[in-house]
Amino acid sequence: MIYLKLFYEFFKTGLFAVGGGLATLPFLSDMADRTGWFTQAQLADMLAVSESTPGPVGVNMATYVGFETAGVLGAVVATLGLVTPSVIVILIVASFLKAFRSNKFVDAAFYGLRPASTAMVASAGIGVVLLSLVDTSASGLALFRWKELALAVVILVLTRWVPVTKKLHPIVFIGAAAVVGVVFHF
Amino acid sequence: MVKELWELFLTFAKVGVMTFGGGMAMLPILQREVVENKGWATDEELTDYFAIGQCTPGIIAVNTATFIGQKRKGVWGGIVATLGMVFPSLVIITLLAGLITSFSHLEWVQNAFAGIRVCVCVLILNATVKLWQGAVKDVWGALIFAAVLAGSLLTDLSPVLFVLAAAVAGIIIRCVGGAGK
Repeated sequence: MIYLKLFYEFFKTGLFAVGGGLATLPFLSDMADRTGWFTQAQLADMLAVSESTPGPVGVNMATYVGFETAGVLGAVVATLGLVTPSVIVILIVASFLKAFRSNKFVDAAFYGLRPASTAMVASAGIGVVLLSLVDTSASGLALFRWKELALAVVILVLTRWVPVTKKLHPIVFIGAAAVVGVVFHF
Repeated sequence: MVKELWELFLTFAKVGVMTFGGGMAMLPILQREVVENKGWATDEELTDYFAIGQCTPGIIAVNTATFIGQKRKGVWGGIVATLGMVFPSLVIITLLAGLITSFSHLEWVQNAFAGIRVCVCVLILNATVKLWQGAVKDVWGALIFAAVLAGSLLTDLSPVLFVLAAAVAGIIIRCVGGAGK
């Protein structure tokens, strides 16, 4: 029963992959070896595609593997398998949180957690900066990708300081950046 | 009830469509749609959800959707918001699956995504500044921020460790040190 097996495999992935979409990668790699549903090379392609289509990478990967293995129903089953553990765990955590939110220890824990959570977002942001603005294989002036850096500065100014543009929806800037990327051969 | 669930589904489907890349890329879109437009959560609550999402199973995007949905409309809200989040992926990937490997190797597609990545950097930076304003209330908060930032940039330690350490630090500072509100 392929659907049951898909659900089971992705349920396991969803249960054990903690933090971020790329945390699913080692589990998928392992899945490729054990099930033969896809090869490691296909996995690399899937990752490229998942990162360049809308939606969270982990979900895209599950949908793609499910579809390639067992069609549309396979895609649905694999995706539901992936999200089921999160939904169950978060629903439980959320109901506890409601009950304990006014507890002074829980409150103090969140006082420490918020700066940490912000730092982890910042660190992910710096990761993307290194990937897209810096060419680590080069040195000197070639170290920076100047075209990309210029675009980044323009977007930064438009989103933070220009009154007319800073209220625009983020998707406007994402779309414009895609066009700039194509026109200027990023 | 049905109308509100439908609104949850649509809002998260919208967030799903507009997110390119990992869960962090979703943050600016969430701030826009869920915090500013709908007022379903505050920036502080978003940081809480991200912190919890770092150390609970599953991908952060889904965890956050479940949290906000649950807060709005209980268990069904959590489920519906999550289904909304994954729905665009299901449709888009299934439609593209046939063309997909050749699609991602096209030069203009790669160029477009290089441009998008640059934009995502700036949007994440802006989102971080907003989170900072709600999250870092005093010098202790700034110290925790600096320590976790250094730790996650320079080491391969699991985020779970940082989250636990920060929670313990928060309890010690508040309850023993008696830092201000």
